[in-house]
Amino acid sequence: MSELKVPTMAELMASGQQPDVLFWVGCAGSFDDRAKKITRAFVKILNHVGVNFAVLGTEESCTGDPAKRAGNEFLFQMQAMGNIQVLNAYEIKKIVTTCPHCFNTLKNEYPELGGNYEVIHHSELIQQLINDGKLTVEGGVFKGKKITFHDPCYLGRGNNIYEAPRELIEKLDAELVEMKRCKSKGLCCGAGGAQMFKEAEKGNKEVNIERTEEALEIEPDIIATGCPFCMTMMTDGVKLKEKEQDVKVFDLAELIAKANDL
Amino acid sequence: MISSIVFVVLLLGASFLFAKNVKTIIRNIKLGKDLDRSDRKSERFSLMAKVALGQSKMVVRPVAGLLHIVVYVGFIIINIEVLEIVLDGITGKHRLFAPLGSLYVGLISIFEFLALAVLVSCAIFLIRRNVLRIKRFHHKEMTSWPKSDANLILITEILLMGAFLLMNAADTQLQNLGAEHYTQVGTFPVSGVFVKMFSATSVGTLVIIERGLWWFHIIGIFAFLNYLPYSKHFHILLAFPNVFYSKLTPKGELDNMAAVKKEVELMFDPNADPYAAPAEPVGEPQRFGAKDVKDLTWKQLMDSYTCTECGRCSDVCPANTTGKALSPRKIMMDTRDRLTEVGKGIDKNGPDYDDGKSLLRDYITEEELLACTSCNACTEACPVNNDPLSVIVDLRRYLIMEESKAPAEWTGVFTNIENNGAPWQFAQADRLNWKNEE
Repeated sequence: MSELKVPTMAELMASGQQPDVLFWVGCAGSFDDRAKKITRAFVKILNHVGVNFAVLGTEESCTGDPAKRAGNEFLFQMQAMGNIQVLNAYEIKKIVTTCPHCFNTLKNEYPELGGNYEVIHHSELIQQLINDGKLTVEGGVFKGKKITFHDPCYLGRGNNIYEAPRELIEKLDAELVEMKRCKSKGLCCGAGGAQMFKEAEKGNKEVNIERTEEALEIEPDIIATGCPFCMTMMTDGVKLKEKEQDVKVFDLAELIAKANDL
Repeated sequence: MISSIVFVVLLLGASFLFAKNVKTIIRNIKLGKDLDRSDRKSERFSLMAKVALGQSKMVVRPVAGLLHIVVYVGFIIINIEVLEIVLDGITGKHRLFAPLGSLYVGLISIFEFLALAVLVSCAIFLIRRNVLRIKRFHHKEMTSWPKSDANLILITEILLMGAFLLMNAADTQLQNLGAEHYTQVGTFPVSGVFVKMFSATSVGTLVIIERGLWWFHIIGIFAFLNYLPYSKHFHILLAFPNVFYSKLTPKGELDNMAAVKKEVELMFDPNADPYAAPAEPVGEPQRFGAKDVKDLTWKQLMDSYTCTECGRCSDVCPANTTGKALSPRKIMMDTRDRLTEVGKGIDKNGPDYDDGKSLLRDYITEEELLACTSCNACTEACPVNNDPLSVIVDLRRYLIMEESKAPAEWTGVFTNIENNGAPWQFAQADRLNWKNEE
């Protein structure tokens, strides 16, 4: 396996360089074992195309999203102000992130606190790279596979991004199949609003089971998503339904990286 | 002459009562905190035209949506007929607009078709609610008053439309018999079918039936007008301003609390004097988040009065559909019911009255609040652009920031974020370790 090239902002700064885009990895992407694979897959794409990017590395900190959604506005703004100081000190103009929660927070909630950046989701960046002819994708292993896309709430309803992920799946020569509830009507995976970090309240079903069952109904080969938390919830759901042999859960970045044999 | 006086008294009385009730509702809405929604006016007007007037979000569910448009269009257009009825009532004339000739007959014919369509649609709505028992109309918050309210509205509309059609039928028969005072305008298409019913009825009885239905129809309308402020049916008025003042920022965006921002900025300001005496507080000390309705913004309160209890929000809510206690519709209804209660307290005991109750806990439980995934399915589904999520978040803010009341797991998450910059207990120094793993 080839070494990943992951320059940090501190390194670039020391050599007097500025990246075109900052890759905001996020907490899940940094620490969650499954999500780290998404991070690596995305970096492989960036390296493959030769995108001039950097990460904050150990200078990155939680955006504060789970704190804010849980109701801890104070902690959120403390995190936000701290991050904005770092980002502004490095004169960051453009940010890409693999996490819709980081994406939403950085894009919509940071400007009022003094952090103004162009923020895009990794599905949008990959789509741009393809459109600009910098990245070619051939279906490869995914040709003809049945793939469904689970819309992350903070990408879809939260920020009206429905098409970029789907266009990527179509680029794989795969058959894009939609669940009964999709796009603006997509059902949440159950992790948002800081639910990821606590037991669900009392009910008669887990939300991720409800969503997984809906996905399994259309018998896909792959459930694709674009959020590390949706990834956890859907992977757990598929495991609980004992379908992990037949149905795989992948992030968009992983699909593109695998298709290109990266 | 006497009937004209009775009519005018009723008209004035109904209008006065209605104005008074509307004033109370406006006063209650203004109990909310300030919020500036005066920006992007042209965008707001087109949104209002699309969502409120055009009912674009209603037709997402086509059956209910199309039937609703029929009732709505019927309701609005038939009100032109009510104008004639009111003028007839004041002047004591009959069919004041009849001199319009064929235009008049054409108009009344259209009204009759609309009345029939409204009647049939309302009947279908009743069947959906009570026979098909569509699930979202039978959640736990939809018992007692909310349930009767919905049925009462539908039955009233059916009765009003029925009265209008039968009145015209009796009127036609009176014309046929050449009764005095009944202007010759001919037979109308829908009521014409019912004229035969009255073939054996005497002129005297017919006049009683016709006048009886006329009074029933107009008194029914006055009564319905005054029923609105007590009913979910008030949405026919509030839907317009409510959509106009919608949140226009991306759904994912939550507001940054200004009061918190001030504190945090001070903490980050290297020039701030750490020993400075705190500024004299102006007015009442502000709460972080919302405990009661007065802590919410006027828009959130307007949302609650606009809610029509259709339950589309709860029907798509991931928490509600998996059996959790949370129902976004209940959040809206509770907010409205609590606000009404606070308003009544003020009417009775003055503006500073405190009944010791609050929206949090007396109406909405922590369990409900904690079940929300903030997925925005509810706000997407709401046909009048209500934002139950913002109320949930504001109540959560109070729980966390004023009462430090969080589930143990969340407390751990907060500590981790504060100490090591991630919700989990990993060292910030390890943040780039993924680079060398496979």
